Amino acid sequence: MEIVKKGTAGTMQSSDLMVFVEPADSLKIEIESTVIKQFGYLINAKVDEVLTKNGVTAGLIRLTDRGALDYAIEARIETALQRASAA
Amino acid sequence: MADSQLRRTMLYVPGNMPSMLQNVPLFKCDSVIIDLEDAVNYAEKDAARNLVRRFLQSWKVRDKELLVRINPLYTKWGHDDLKAILPEMPDAIRFPMCETAELALELDAELAKYESANGLEIGHFGILPSIETVKSVLNAYAIATSTKRIYALAFGAEDYTASMGIARTNSGEDLMHPRMMIVMAARAAGIQAIDTVFSDINDMEGLRKETELVKRLGYSGKSLVNPRQIDIIHEAFAPRQADIDYALEVVEAIKQAQQLGTGVISLKGKMVDAPIVKRAINTLQLAYAQGLVDTPVDEEILNG
Repeated sequence: MEIVKKGTAGTMQSSDLMVFVEPADSLKIEIESTVIKQFGYLINAKVDEVLTKNGVTAGLIRLTDRGALDYAIEARIETALQRASAA
Repeated sequence: MADSQLRRTMLYVPGNMPSMLQNVPLFKCDSVIIDLEDAVNYAEKDAARNLVRRFLQSWKVRDKELLVRINPLYTKWGHDDLKAILPEMPDAIRFPMCETAELALELDAELAKYESANGLEIGHFGILPSIETVKSVLNAYAIATSTKRIYALAFGAEDYTASMGIARTNSGEDLMHPRMMIVMAARAAGIQAIDTVFSDINDMEGLRKETELVKRLGYSGKSLVNPRQIDIIHEAFAPRQADIDYALEVVEAIKQAQQLGTGVISLKGKMVDAPIVKRAINTLQLAYAQGLVDTPVDEEILNG
């Protein structure tokens, strides 16, 4: 999936996250989370997994997490990517 | 006769709110209705669809009936909702704005198409149509009998009062006629009737009174939007011990009558015949489903 424009998804509510994606030459991931100390490595792993699954090799991906579970991280990234790749 | 699955409480959960969705396994309601329609902004329909799909994939041990309220099929979202949701195997679709039998049949055909393409039994997915406009109230029986997938009719009072051009009151006379029409149509079709939401979440006494009223009218459950309402509704729908005791006496009495070769007998000075026995059976079925009696009632006693 190619990121051709900016896309966002999610909310700042508890248990949710905001995802911002935009085109870039290489892949860059920035994660901010209320639980980064405890779960940062798990969030990172999930983000990597979802990006790989969607064939994303380039783009700036920023997450602001409010304690979201895996299913929500996956769904919000998917939505942001779909919005950023749509014509 | 309506199926005996308990649907006292059908709880709406907004489809785009993770904090509510992930509590679904914890809610003690009989059914959950994950909402892609009114609870989701137009601009977030795609996000909600993805979120609900991923949530359902993560919810492995489903301990309650699962419905998803899709957008009407005449909107641009309805078909995409079905495409996203059906692979996650909901028990039924809550179908909003179902005004005619033709609309119900359109959804029926879509579900059949999916079932047949995926090797599922035809009729696997149920339909719970929302009867929520004047037109749908007038068409309630035709809708109820349009397809075997429909196991209940669900009243939606907010859209109904809007379609009537009236305000919704707490006293309920504005809803009396549609409530009767819907429950009569449902019972005539042999299915359940589910009442509308009670929206004042701080008025528990009002909720209890309304639930007791619709129970007397023949409804078997209510839709609701707040999990705090679950206990009150379950209490109101539980058969009272006195009713259970009486029903057990009726069943015993009619067995005696049958041994004597008659279909009618006197119990404490009151006549017991087939309609009384039928009511007693209904009470005992409900009591059994709620764990209030240990053994299921044998419906055959009606036939002697």
